[in-house]
Amino acid sequence: MPKFLFHYVLLPLLLLCSLSVRANDLTIEVVGGGTNRHAIALPEFGLESALPGGLTPIIQSDLARTGVFSFVDPNKVNNRPIDPAQIDYPAWLGAGTMSIAVGKVTAGAGGTITVEFHLFDAARKTRLTGASFSIQPNQSRQLAHRIADMIYEAITGKKGIFGTRIAYVIKHSANSYSLQVADADGANGFTLLRSSEPIISPAWSPEGGRLAYVSFESKKPVVYVHDVSSGSRRAVANFKGSNSAPAWSPDGSRLAVVLTRDGHSQIYAVSANGGEAVRLSNSNAIDTEPAYSADGSRIYFTSDRAGGPQIYVMGAGGGSAQRVTFEGNYNVSPTPAPDGTALAFVRREAGRFRVMVQETATGQANYVTDTHYDESPSFAPNGQMLVYASEQGGRGVLFTVTRDGSTKTRLTTSGGDIRAPVWGPYPR
Amino acid sequence: MMWKKVLLAAMVAGSLAACSSPKGPTDPNAAGAAGMNGKNGANASGMYGQGGLNGSGNGMGADGSGNPLTDPKSVLSKRSVFFDFDSSLVKDEYKPLVQAHSEFLKKNQTRKVIIQGNTDVRGSSEYNLALGQRRAESVKSMMRVIGVPENQLEAVSYGKEKPRATGMGEADHAQNRRSDIVYDGE
Repeated sequence: MPKFLFHYVLLPLLLLCSLSVRANDLTIEVVGGGTNRHAIALPEFGLESALPGGLTPIIQSDLARTGVFSFVDPNKVNNRPIDPAQIDYPAWLGAGTMSIAVGKVTAGAGGTITVEFHLFDAARKTRLTGASFSIQPNQSRQLAHRIADMIYEAITGKKGIFGTRIAYVIKHSANSYSLQVADADGANGFTLLRSSEPIISPAWSPEGGRLAYVSFESKKPVVYVHDVSSGSRRAVANFKGSNSAPAWSPDGSRLAVVLTRDGHSQIYAVSANGGEAVRLSNSNAIDTEPAYSADGSRIYFTSDRAGGPQIYVMGAGGGSAQRVTFEGNYNVSPTPAPDGTALAFVRREAGRFRVMVQETATGQANYVTDTHYDESPSFAPNGQMLVYASEQGGRGVLFTVTRDGSTKTRLTTSGGDIRAPVWGPYPR
Repeated sequence: MMWKKVLLAAMVAGSLAACSSPKGPTDPNAAGAAGMNGKNGANASGMYGQGGLNGSGNGMGADGSGNPLTDPKSVLSKRSVFFDFDSSLVKDEYKPLVQAHSEFLKKNQTRKVIIQGNTDVRGSSEYNLALGQRRAESVKSMMRVIGVPENQLEAVSYGKEKPRATGMGEADHAQNRRSDIVYDGE
């Protein structure tokens, strides 16, 4: 077993967090945790219970998924601060606190709500971050995510992803499929497309306003681009044969797609508005699953030109390709991290399909999952977490996992099998 | 002697019986020929024209029961070619099926087929879509070699998205590694 998995998963300091938050149709549950976590205290904000879902439960759920934090139980400390001046530092330090967030909710003018919060370093008593917000009451959930982002950035120095969205497909039955969009924690899900035929391979545009996907509604696979807010869509690749695997160029102007119009699966580029397709790949084998590198200069893809499927990379304009994976005989679904520092993919080994993350700097690849039928890994925009599809108890479920494999969250729905997840970009 | 006459009569009667014509399968072309002047007139553009002897598939089948494409006695009602694991090779046992559909399409040039490739349910959706495509192309290529024109054929894939067998056993996987031949209008 890879060394890091042993140290971070099996060693005694595993804390099982079974925090469950029911959000719309998806239920989220956190499992696992890393070592050396930052102990944060989140005493209840003043009057937050007046807001639907509150604030600190959502903030805690967000931070728990990162594997970076452990949580001091406020019930163990005899102090209920809602202002920085009320913090009893010795009491919180005695409970192992490294930082503490305090806040309060007050009524603003004209039906608005004012929320003020501060994050303090418990040992130095210095303010790390904080702000005052004026919102409509129905924006409180998004505000909780924003506060979680600010706390995460203050502690880790990395940008938070709690205000992002995910898209996924639910298979309700053999003739009922939905393409849905939800908040990254599974809340506020809504349906973009309902179909009696399969929908696969959703892909977010870089600016987050459009989703490309493959629909079988005309009894063969066709690529569509769908405007998320207006609901309008157009077919952008509907050539003879099969059309699939849309991947956006980072500037949002083009899609790499897989067409079979030349008799076998090859990679082409089309404008995001449709039109003529230019062939990029050049083999007599299967070339599929294109994925642009973060800087748009290269395209990773899966090819079985060497016998079994392996991952290759070529220039974004096509041309010669270099092989990237050399171990094992089945490596598919290349997923470059948004910052270019890693590549996730799926390896089949001894009949199991599992997500691996290969760090670019070291070339070291490790499994980040311990399930059996993993598919569709997708990085969060800060590259620190992935979402992927798997199977558990005979149903399709989603997991998020931290890049080092230590902390997992499971997202399930009672509505059927959930699959094909894809993590959206930072909101603009 | 009397018993010798009875024996001789029996032998002669037996020989005569053996000489009568055997009841074998009816000549399929004979039924078609009957159609030339009759039932297929509406669909055929002429006795030797585009519609062909069997019309647009609405003509009489080998046993006169109707559409050869759906007649369970006809090989044309069989539409599925099954494949081995990780393979898109058309096995010998399916070649007569592909041959029969090819001959039908050559004789009925207004008919089109979509060949739908499928895989078992394990692995990447997109890689399986490409494998299913290979299985569809494999059948299509064979039909092209036999002489079916390109414009009557399209190969597409469903990959692993529409499995016929939903279990996870080997028998289920084998059912799903398949190309299906589907005619226009079906």
